[in-house]
Amino acid sequence: MTQALDQLSAVLLFSAMGVYALAFIAFTLDLARRSARVGDTVVSGAERVAAARSGAANGYVTTKERSTATIGRSDGATRESVSLRIGVVLAIIGWVLHLVATVLRGVAGGRVPWANMYEFSMTGTLIIMGVFLVALVRRDLRFLGAIVTGLVLIMLGITTVGFRVDVVPLPPALQSYWLVIHVMVAILGTAFFTLGAAISVVQLLQTRREAGAAPVKFRLPGAIPGPVALENTAYRVIVVGFVFWTFTLIAGAIWAEHAWGRYWGWDTKEVWTFIIWVIFAGYIHARATKGWRGSRSAWLAIIGFAAVMFNFGVVNVFFKGLHAYSGL
Amino acid sequence: MSRRSDRGDATDASADPLRPADALPSGADRGVADSDLRPSDHIEGADAAIGGPKLGFVGSLRFAWRQLTSMRTALFLLLLLAIAAVPGSLVPQRSSDPNGVSQYAQSNPDLFPIIDWFQGFDVYTSVWFSAIYLLLFVSLIGCVLPRANHHWKAMRAKPPRTPGRLERLEHFESRDTDGVDVEATLASAQRLLRSRRYRTARYGDSISAERGYLRETGNLVFHISLVGILAAVAVGGSLGYSGNKVVVEGEPFVNYIGGYDSFNRGRLVGDDSLVPYRIGLDELDVTYETENQNAVGAPLDYTAAVTVTEPDGSSRDATIKVNEPLREDGTDVYLLGNGYAPRVTVRDPDGNTVFSGSVPFLPQDSFLTSLGIIKVPDGLAEQIGMIGFFYPTPRQLDSGAFASSFPDLNDPLLTFSVYTGDLGLDEGVPKSVYELNTEGLDEVAGPNADVAGLQLREGDTVDLPNGLGTVSFDGVSRFGSLEIHHDPARTWVLVFAILVLAGLLTSLFIPRRRLWVKVVRRGDGSLELQYAGLARSDDPRLGEAVTDLADAHAGPRADPGADAGQHGSRGTT
Ligand code: HEM
Repeated sequence: MTQALDQLSAVLLFSAMGVYALAFIAFTLDLARRSARVGDTVVSGAERVAAARSGAANGYVTTKERSTATIGRSDGATRESVSLRIGVVLAIIGWVLHLVATVLRGVAGGRVPWANMYEFSMTGTLIIMGVFLVALVRRDLRFLGAIVTGLVLIMLGITTVGFRVDVVPLPPALQSYWLVIHVMVAILGTAFFTLGAAISVVQLLQTRREAGAAPVKFRLPGAIPGPVALENTAYRVIVVGFVFWTFTLIAGAIWAEHAWGRYWGWDTKEVWTFIIWVIFAGYIHARATKGWRGSRSAWLAIIGFAAVMFNFGVVNVFFKGLHAYSGL
Repeated sequence: MSRRSDRGDATDASADPLRPADALPSGADRGVADSDLRPSDHIEGADAAIGGPKLGFVGSLRFAWRQLTSMRTALFLLLLLAIAAVPGSLVPQRSSDPNGVSQYAQSNPDLFPIIDWFQGFDVYTSVWFSAIYLLLFVSLIGCVLPRANHHWKAMRAKPPRTPGRLERLEHFESRDTDGVDVEATLASAQRLLRSRRYRTARYGDSISAERGYLRETGNLVFHISLVGILAAVAVGGSLGYSGNKVVVEGEPFVNYIGGYDSFNRGRLVGDDSLVPYRIGLDELDVTYETENQNAVGAPLDYTAAVTVTEPDGSSRDATIKVNEPLREDGTDVYLLGNGYAPRVTVRDPDGNTVFSGSVPFLPQDSFLTSLGIIKVPDGLAEQIGMIGFFYPTPRQLDSGAFASSFPDLNDPLLTFSVYTGDLGLDEGVPKSVYELNTEGLDEVAGPNADVAGLQLREGDTVDLPNGLGTVSFDGVSRFGSLEIHHDPARTWVLVFAILVLAGLLTSLFIPRRRLWVKVVRRGDGSLELQYAGLARSDDPRLGEAVTDLADAHAGPRADPGADAGQHGSRGTT
C-alpha cells in the first residue's frame, strides 16, 4: 500500500513537471511576444507621477515616492496575450497535480511530507508555486511566470534525480511536532525568499534596460514594471520571508533544546540558517541605508537566496552535522 | 543603479520626506525632526554632517562614535558577521565536533596548526568573531538608545503641522461641499480619525493626524531584545554546565562532577553547585522497524526507564526519550545515544576473577556492529588488551568475516583479538577506555596471530592463548548515553526571542502614516474639503486610506472617474 501510493505520487509529480514545462514555454512565448513591442512601458502610478514631477526618466524618484511605487493589481488593465493566459492555466493545473502528488506522499508515509530532502523539495516547490499563484490574485506578477516555473522545474529535476528516497519511518529524533512547525515555516520562508530573489533578478534586468546598457539579447519586454516598483514588491515579499525565517530560527532552537539538550550549538545547519538570517537582516538595513537601495540591495536579496539554496542543497548533503535528515 | 552615487541619493533624502518641503513653518515639530534620531545615513535622515570638519579630541571621538553607530557601519558589520560565520561550517569545531577536530589534525598535519592559530576550530568563540559581533552590538546600542529617547518624546508630542498645499502630495482627494459648518466638519473629521486610531491635532482649519507609532516601538523592542538575547546567552554560559555519562542498564548516574565522563561548566559554577540526585537506568527499550522492506532495522523508538532518587532519599520512576528529556532539579537529562555493553568475565588459570563487568561497545554502523576494548593490567601472567567486536545479529560474509545484519539481539556474537605486553597504564597518563594502542604489543590471538581470534556466543567461555586464563561472555546489557544540561538563563533567551519576533512583526507590518483633513474656503463662499496622506514607511495602502477617509467623511464621489474638484460630494454633518 505504502509503495503503491508512493509510486502514484511519483508519477503525478512527473506529470506536474510536464505541465510546468508547458507552462514555462507559454510564459516564455509571452515574454518574447511582448519584447517584440518594446516601448509599451507600463509604469505604476507613483512612478508616473514621480517621473512627471522630477523629469527623472530613469525611474529613480525620491524616497517618499519610492516607498509607494508598486506593481498594479491584476485587474486586467494590461494587454494580455493568449499565451500568458494559457501559461497561468497550465501553471494552475500543474500545481494541482503537484499538490496531489505531495499529499499522496504524505499519506504513504503516514506523516507530513517534509521529513527528508526529497519531500522537503517537493513541498517547498509546491509552496513556491502556491505563493506565486496566490500572489497573482493581488498583484499582476505574471511576468514572473517564466522565471518561477523555470526555477521550480530545475529544482524538481534535481529533486527527482538526486534526492529521491523510499518512504521510511521517522527516526526518533524527528518524531516531534516541531518537525511540522519548524520545517513548514522554513519552507514558507524559502518560498518567499525565492520569489523575492526572482523579482530582484527582474529588477536588475530592468535597471540595466533603463540604463540602456543591456545587450540586445537580454532586452526585457517593456510591459513589465519599472525597477522601483519591482524593488518595493521584492522588499515586501522578502520581509514576509524574513519573518518566517526568524521564526524558523527560534523554533529550530526550541526543538534543538528538546532533542539535543542545547538551543544553539553552531552545528553546520544552524550556522547556515544564521548566516541567511544575517544576510537578510543586512538586506533590510540596506533598504534603509543611503546608497544601498536599488541594485545593491537587489544583489543582497539574490545572495541571500543563493545561501538558502546552498544551505539546502549543499550543506544537507555534503556537510557533517547533527541535521542528518537528508535521507540520502 | 550605476548612475546613482551616494550623494545623489542623499540629495533625495535630504528634503526630509517626513515633512514635505512645503510644510507650514513648524515650530512644534522641529525639536523632534527625524534626522536627529536616526543614524545620519539612514535613508530617511537628513544628510547631516558626515565627516564635516571637526576640531579637537572630543570632536574626533564624537566623529568616530557617529561612524560606528551609522547605518552603513551596521550594514557592513552585519555582512561581515555573515561572512565570518562561514569558516566554522567548513572545518569541524571543537564545541560541536571534537572528534572531527582530532581527525582533521591527523589527516591534515600541516594545515592544522595554521588553522588552529587563527582559531579556526573555535570560530564562534574566537577573538575575531567576537570582535565583530561585539562591535555590532555596541553600534546597535549606540544607535538604539538615542532613538528610544527620541521616540519617547515623539509619542507624547502632537502630530506635526499641516502642510500648506495638500494638493501637491501624491495621495490627495478633494470633495466639494456647500455651506457647511466648518467647526462641525472638522470635529467630525477628528472623531473619525480618532476612531481609526490616529493621534490628531487641530491647526487652523485643518486636522493633522498620525498613526503607527507602534512601528518604531516594535523596531526598538526588536533591537533591544537582540541585546537581551546576547546578554542572556552570556549569563547562561557562565552559570550553566553540561556533561555526559555513559550508563549501562542496572547502573546509576550521580550528579556530581566526578560522576561525569566529560563535563563543561561556566566560569561561575562552583564545585558544589550540582544537586547530587541519582538516576538509575533500569531498562533501555529500543524498537526497530521490521515490516517496511526499505527500512528494516531503522530505529523507531528509544525509551529509557529510570528511577530518580533525590538527595533526600525520595525516589520516583520516570522515562526519558529522544525529544522528551527528563527535567530534574533545574537540569535536563537527555538520551542522546545508545549501544550494547556485553558482560564479560576474565579469569586466571585457577578460576579467580581478574576482570568482570559490562563493557560499553561503540556502535560502528546502523546495524550496531560495535567495537569495544578490554584491558586487564593485573592478575594474569602478562598484561592483556583485547579488541572486541560485537554483532547483535551476526551474519558471516563470503570472506569469512562477520557483520551485523540487524540491530536487535538474535544470538549475538562477540569476537576478540588478544594482545599481550605493556599496556602503558602505569605511566599515569590518562588513556581512553575506548582505545587500545597496539604498538609494541604482541598479537597472540587474531587475524595476524597463530591463534585465531576468540569467538563467543552468549554463555560461552573460551581459553585465552598461552594458558593465560579464560574469557566468558555472560550476557548483554544496553547502555544509554545521557547528556545533562543546566542553563539558568534559558527562559530569558526564549522570552527575548519572542520579543524579537513580536517587535519584528509590529515594525514590519504596521505602517506609519500621516493624514490631513483641511477645509479650504473658496472665493464664492463654498467650501472644499481636502484629504491627503503621507507615508512614513513602506505603505502600499496609503492611497486607499486617503480615499477611505474622504469617503467616510464626505461621502463617496458620485462619479469616481471624475477629476478632483468636480461636484459630486455629499455634504457632511
Ligand atoms: C545585531 C545587529 C542587528 C540586527 C540583526 C538588526 C536587524 C534589523 C532588522 C531585522 C530590521 C527590520 C525590522 C525592524 O524594522 O524592526 C532592522 C531595522 C533597522 N535597524 Fe537594525 N539590526 C541590527 C543592528 C542595527 C544597528 C547597529 C543599527 C544602527 C546603526 C540599526 C538600525 C536599524 C534601523 C534604523 C532600522 C529601521 C530600518 C527601516 O527604516 O526600514 N540596526 N534591523
